Amino acid sequence: MSDSGTGHGFGRSLVAIYAVFALAASARSIYQLATKADEAPVAYALSALAGVVYVVATYALATDRRRLATATIGFELIGVLTVGVLTLVDGDLFPDQTVWSGFGAGYVFIPLVLPFVGLWWLWKTHADGPGHVKAPRSHTSRGQNH
Amino acid sequence: MTDAAANGVALLAVAVAAFAAWHAVRRQPFSNPLFYATAVLEIALLALLVGGCIALANTSRDVEGVLFVSYLITLVVIPPAAVLWGIAEKSRWGTGVVVVAMLTVAVLCVRVLQIWKGGYV
Repeated sequence: MSDSGTGHGFGRSLVAIYAVFALAASARSIYQLATKADEAPVAYALSALAGVVYVVATYALATDRRRLATATIGFELIGVLTVGVLTLVDGDLFPDQTVWSGFGAGYVFIPLVLPFVGLWWLWKTHADGPGHVKAPRSHTSRGQNH
Repeated sequence: MTDAAANGVALLAVAVAAFAAWHAVRRQPFSNPLFYATAVLEIALLALLVGGCIALANTSRDVEGVLFVSYLITLVVIPPAAVLWGIAEKSRWGTGVVVVAMLTVAVLCVRVLQIWKGGYV
């Protein structure tokens, strides 16, 4: 097992936090969609989407899949900012809570802070030298991300 | 399912979180005492699961049973998952995983109590 990479050091704890949100968002959406899907379809579909994004981000960080992690965490950042603004502007759009409502106010704003921390961590581990990973991954072969 | 049971377990989880945080601040990896503390909490959570199911079967009130039991099962799964994920990392961040997990357990305990009382969702 490699000692660098996004799933080690501080990343070990970061993955745990992501796992909590993956669980919280997807469990919430499964429950919402199973019991009252017709009440607030936009909010519940968004909960489901947020859940999937967190699950993939957790997986990507844990297994050092940088491009996937960057893409999902970037999406997460855009998502929390967009939904945060939308819930302030037009509350009727989201009659029920999602993890991203009000910039994640229902989750003590952790959903707002988390993508910044995630991107910082990706940047930092890259700056420290991502060369210690298992598979050879030069700059020319970055397309082969699996 | 009483206030004392759920809040007691939540407080226990906060105590284990503080113990794990103490490890993390002192740059210590996973220790045996921390493992035992987590094990004690796990036993308490198993008791909460069994007690919660018995209480659910005996209550005449309208409790959202599926939600309630799924929270209790989630609670039981978290400590072993945290130990497995955290113990492989021989640094402060390994015990940091336990801090995150124990705080999550504490929050979920409070929510379980809200669901039991019908004050959630």
